[in-house]
Amino acid sequence: MIYVFKRIIALIPVLAVVAVIVFLLLHMGPGDPAVLIAGDTATAADIEQIRQKLGLDRPLLEQFFTWLWRILHGDMGVSVFTGLPVTTMIRQRLEPTFWLTLSTIVVAVVMAVPMGIIAAWKAGTWIDRCIMALAVLAFSLPVFLIGYFLIFGFSIKFALLPVQGFVSIRDGFGPFIRHLILPTLSGALIYMALIARMTRATMLEVLGEDYIRTARAKGVANPRLLLRHALKNAAVPVVTTIGLGVALLLGGVIVTESVFAIPGIGRLTVDSVLRHDYPVIQGIVLVTSTGYVLINLVIDLLYTVFDPRIRY
Amino acid sequence: MPVTLAQLELRLESSGRRPWLGFARRHPLLVFGAALLAVMVVLALAAPWIATHDPTEMDILHRLKPPSAEHYFGTDALGRDVFSRTLWGGRVSLVVGISVALLATSLGVLIGMAAGFVRLADSLIMRVMDGMMAIPGILLAIALMTLSRASVRTVVIAITVPEIPRVVRLVRSLVLIIREQPYIQAAEAIGTRYHWLLLRHVLPNIVTPLIVQATFICASAVIFEAYLSFLGAGTPPEIPSWGNMMAEGRAVVQLAFHIILYPGLFLGFTVLSINLLGDGLRDMLDPRIARRL
Repeated sequence: MIYVFKRIIALIPVLAVVAVIVFLLLHMGPGDPAVLIAGDTATAADIEQIRQKLGLDRPLLEQFFTWLWRILHGDMGVSVFTGLPVTTMIRQRLEPTFWLTLSTIVVAVVMAVPMGIIAAWKAGTWIDRCIMALAVLAFSLPVFLIGYFLIFGFSIKFALLPVQGFVSIRDGFGPFIRHLILPTLSGALIYMALIARMTRATMLEVLGEDYIRTARAKGVANPRLLLRHALKNAAVPVVTTIGLGVALLLGGVIVTESVFAIPGIGRLTVDSVLRHDYPVIQGIVLVTSTGYVLINLVIDLLYTVFDPRIRY
Repeated sequence: MPVTLAQLELRLESSGRRPWLGFARRHPLLVFGAALLAVMVVLALAAPWIATHDPTEMDILHRLKPPSAEHYFGTDALGRDVFSRTLWGGRVSLVVGISVALLATSLGVLIGMAAGFVRLADSLIMRVMDGMMAIPGILLAIALMTLSRASVRTVVIAITVPEIPRVVRLVRSLVLIIREQPYIQAAEAIGTRYHWLLLRHVLPNIVTPLIVQATFICASAVIFEAYLSFLGAGTPPEIPSWGNMMAEGRAVVQLAFHIILYPGLFLGFTVLSINLLGDGLRDMLDPRIARRL
């Protein structure tokens, strides 16, 4: 319990650094941030107005602490473009991104872990080579190419699945899943490749251990040997990779949303970039980074479940 | 994997008569990756001579044409030749990939060495790096691009920044091991100057893993450039890059899939070749890791 508490405390410096980085980016960039946000067609009065609205005319330290104080109270400022609070804009877009991320993680893990186990078990054979070749290929193909291949194959040629959009789970489970299948697949491949490679590598290491040989010698059947004896001991590095890979996955989700016209955080990011709407970008970076850090905290705490030798 | 005597003999034999063949047999990934990459580089470099059309020339009468003898990869929504644009686009990708790999690695080495050798700086540097790594790379790059005017140079910087922490961590962990080695202590004892110590005694010992790391950074930078351009936050739209071409093809994907397909395939092949090269280099240069992965 004390450990859990310590881990949560340890997040504070990381998130503080994230906040400082996000804040400083605006000021370290070349040129006047107010001019950049205002865009090419802005008049001097517009620029002055933005400067005052964002408090850019104040001293840097004062700006930072007012900003931080507001963030800690859940106020991430107001969008330069729409005038809506950033918190509201992000909350509106959170649902599709949440489901897409979740389904991508589940699909990738469910496919990758067995692939890695089989590849390690059959190491050196053509099965292993095929799986690893597939993994390298999946790791190299850009998310949008996979996405457009899927769109082309499933939707344009055969009209099996919807091409784009998102349906909320409240509007029916069937349509919700049908809209999620293609984006999930295209986002999951690269993440799957990462996990499959890691699973294979750690399983290979574990399978070389003495106790595996002993288990084999006393006649433990293969499935039980692989799952109970080997996988349990390989779980920690694999689970760590799953956590760290979420950063890669989030990048994929942003692009996937753009390919499939899903109105989530990714779309909000793209729209905000085009409008030079920095407060929104700032908010998105903060929210996703916090989410990423929290996911990895949960995974750290899960270690005890996989490996009882680790005690906090 | 254990090597049988027969395999060993085969290796000796093949390396004796045709050294190249032996090398290729021992490192198939490396050779295949390098060859594929060489093809992509040559195509990009030779773009002015191979390209059949001006990559920016519009031809309103021949829009969205499928691949033909006149236009190998068809034409896009403005009647521009997709084949020529794809070749020119390769230049952007390679410039970005190589620049980011060099820049991120050299900055990472500087910061990582400082963290590994200067105790005072260590914890501060590593906290900053932890914070940077908590931000998903693509978002950090997007945030940087929002604040600067789009150009190839800003794209390079925006992609380099998120890559630095990984290099720093690698360099620091290597330096911490090397610092305790007897030869470093010996060098310190005879009064070797600090910069010379780092340059002559530490750097050569971290070069191998760095080269492998730089290769993977190059591959990821090529993908990142395409992602940024695809999202509208990358290379300026007037420059033909693979990401830009695919972004433009998005609106007409149902009519003209070839606009997305060809640059996408070139992108995929380029990244694949660099990744294979990286895997191959790692296997060749560091057999200890190779056995594990």
